[in-house]
Amino acid sequence: MTIELRNISKHFGALKANDSISLTVPPGCIQGILGENGAGKSTLMKIFSGFLKPDSGEIVFDGKSLKIDSPDDAIRLGIGMLHQDPLDFPPFRVIDDFIVGSPGGIVPDRRKALADFNTLSKQFGFSLSAEVRVGSLTVGERQQLEILRLLWLGAKVLILDEPTTGISQAQKEILFATLKTLADQGMTVFFVSHKLEDVEALCTKAAVLRQGALVGSMDRPFDKAALVRMMFGREVELASKSSIAPGKKVLTIKTGSVDSIRLRIKDVNLQVRAGEIIGIAGMEGSGQDLFLRACGGLVEPSGGQFCLDESETPMNGKTYHDYMRQGVTYLPAARLEKGLVPGMSLAEHFTLSVKPKSAFIDKKAAVALSNERIAAFNIKGRPDSPVESLSGGNQQRTLLSLLPEIASLILVEHPTRGLDIESTIYIWGKLKERCTAGTAILFISSDLDEILRYSDKVLVFFAGKVTPLIASESLNVQKLGELIGGVGWDALEANNNA
Amino acid sequence: MTNDALLFGLSGVLSSSAPILFGVLGETINEKAGVSNLAMNGMILLSAMGGFAASLATGSLGLGFLAGAAIGAAVALVVAFASITLKQSQVAVGYVLAMLCRDLAYFLGNPIMGMPGPRLTLSPIPGLSSIPVFGTLLFRHDVVTYSSFLLIFLSWFYMERTKPGIMLKGLGENPRAAYVRGANVNRLRYLYTIAGGAIAGLAGPIYSLSVKAGWKGTISGLDGIGWIILSITIFGGWRPFRAAIGAYFFSLLQWMGLVLQPLMPNVPSQVLQVAPFPLMILTLLLVNIGNAEWVERSLSHLPESVRRDIAKVLTALNATPPAALGQPFEKDE
Repeated sequence: MTIELRNISKHFGALKANDSISLTVPPGCIQGILGENGAGKSTLMKIFSGFLKPDSGEIVFDGKSLKIDSPDDAIRLGIGMLHQDPLDFPPFRVIDDFIVGSPGGIVPDRRKALADFNTLSKQFGFSLSAEVRVGSLTVGERQQLEILRLLWLGAKVLILDEPTTGISQAQKEILFATLKTLADQGMTVFFVSHKLEDVEALCTKAAVLRQGALVGSMDRPFDKAALVRMMFGREVELASKSSIAPGKKVLTIKTGSVDSIRLRIKDVNLQVRAGEIIGIAGMEGSGQDLFLRACGGLVEPSGGQFCLDESETPMNGKTYHDYMRQGVTYLPAARLEKGLVPGMSLAEHFTLSVKPKSAFIDKKAAVALSNERIAAFNIKGRPDSPVESLSGGNQQRTLLSLLPEIASLILVEHPTRGLDIESTIYIWGKLKERCTAGTAILFISSDLDEILRYSDKVLVFFAGKVTPLIASESLNVQKLGELIGGVGWDALEANNNA
Repeated sequence: MTNDALLFGLSGVLSSSAPILFGVLGETINEKAGVSNLAMNGMILLSAMGGFAASLATGSLGLGFLAGAAIGAAVALVVAFASITLKQSQVAVGYVLAMLCRDLAYFLGNPIMGMPGPRLTLSPIPGLSSIPVFGTLLFRHDVVTYSSFLLIFLSWFYMERTKPGIMLKGLGENPRAAYVRGANVNRLRYLYTIAGGAIAGLAGPIYSLSVKAGWKGTISGLDGIGWIILSITIFGGWRPFRAAIGAYFFSLLQWMGLVLQPLMPNVPSQVLQVAPFPLMILTLLLVNIGNAEWVERSLSHLPESVRRDIAKVLTALNATPPAALGQPFEKDE
């Protein structure tokens, strides 16, 4: 069916989130919606899927104007939305999650639901078990579940909001294949993303939003440079790999092991030198986050030796504070929840990050310090802005600006997850400045391009197993993707032993 | 102790668990929807007094129970209004209400204190009650004890096997997801908070018209039971059958205190009376011990297969509260 968005406008206070946006999408089309963070993509899709009411404008299906009051209305009209954070119920069994919200009587027909679920699942080649808990699935599998559920409810239009954030390369390929199949069957797909690569790989058309307005659109084949110009209003260039000669030892791990109740990481041997950037790849839950936390003393290693700097004395059993005194810093993935203090302003954060001169706060100095840091890190905010009011990119900049001036090792989880290209480039620019100054960086990322682009060496985790350090030049997306999925380890081990 | 005494004792454990079950299952329902009702302790005192008074005035036991449920629903309505509509802290509002209702119960109940009143009689089930052992244990109770058995099963069936029941759990897990799937989150939260309050409110008259018949003011011995009910709700992991085990376990501990007292004359009687409370807390700790990091570390020294089995048991014992418990829900504007 042909979908028309006509003159959609929506404002929040003085901010025009959507400014008279019109878009026509034919059936069978995969329409990419591009734009940097805060460009109005999510607002537009939330209006489309019944979450928000537009101030003006209408949504027209095959010439018929629709009234969408709630997400429930939307799905009944055939519009299904896949949200960025899976809107499902982690403790539920998959089949229960599938059933919630479906029409029908009080006691659900489980047998039929199960049969439908399995048929649909098979049709798309998903391997989802109906009886496991939703929370035990990966983000990618939860997306698959949600797609099946929306199709089961009769979705004819599918909206996906940043679906490739947090899923593996293999799952991304399955997702794209699924979406292409659906489009071939006549389904209309809206694919919202700030990743050009994804839009390029998948979409038939792309529309670009900037500051709430539709600034242009393009059909396949895409001119990437032109799309970037539309998104940012100017040229933006991706950083290239810098090569800094590695310096003295920063972190040495000998036969290190870390345990959790579900996973055991064994026999990690690793040496990190000053100025190095090491990317850690692996499917979610393969142990990489546990390992990274162990490198910073946030989790106690269960064996082996974790030594800092040139020292031979293991740090095992020491706390994060001990590590911190030795120049180790850790930046968590959950920026707002674990990295910052929601409810506190930028000025308060900066004041806390420096050694106090007295017990009382010098308001003037605090504001001066804040202004200086805000300027230095290009943060869009004022000293009195609460941190939770900042966008993800600005929260990450704030976190970076809070790092101590002297650091020997920075541990980062997902440094640019959910950030747009501009912020990504900025964050990496800042991290690289640190490397030039002799800091080593260990980072986890699920974005393989990011790992290959920025790291000198790569570690891959698979179910608690760890590869030796691999030079990133010897890898490409496919090879790395295979290692993450547990393929090609034998060859690697053979190589290593030879 | 003779076998008969043991049997009667255990049968008593089942009937004295009835009010606790109503309290725990009522609370489980509203917490599943995402609203915790901390007013429980005062609410039960008030509904015990109110139920007794209503039944005293009208001579009808049914009206007594109805009054108890109505009082529970009314208190729950205040909790719902404060937390859902006014978006206030459920802890603060609940706690203050608990105090208020308790004192209100003592104050308003003064005139009827110690008065003789109606009480529920046993209704042995013909036929079944003469089965040896099980007959005495299960089928010689009053109506409310039978209802408490039924309530366990019904609440389980509702939450696990019906669509509105699954949605109820969704409200407390991820209200946004529930909203996307067509639930009117705040309206349903009102509904379940009030329903949970009404069910828990029945615990009051079950005490004052059956288990500890009458109203004796501050010496009724009911003060504190509401707090235990809240902790059993946690022990029960928000699951009806497990909650029932918790309730029966607590009553068993209380009964054992009474039985053991004559056998241990050297132990002050207060110790045995109070013992069930700390024991309950210990059990609660034990159940959730799998969360602790030191446990994970100590386990890691065990052989892989043993470790995995223990991990499985600990994970199964672990109870996770509804993820959105206590959080107000707001639609996007």
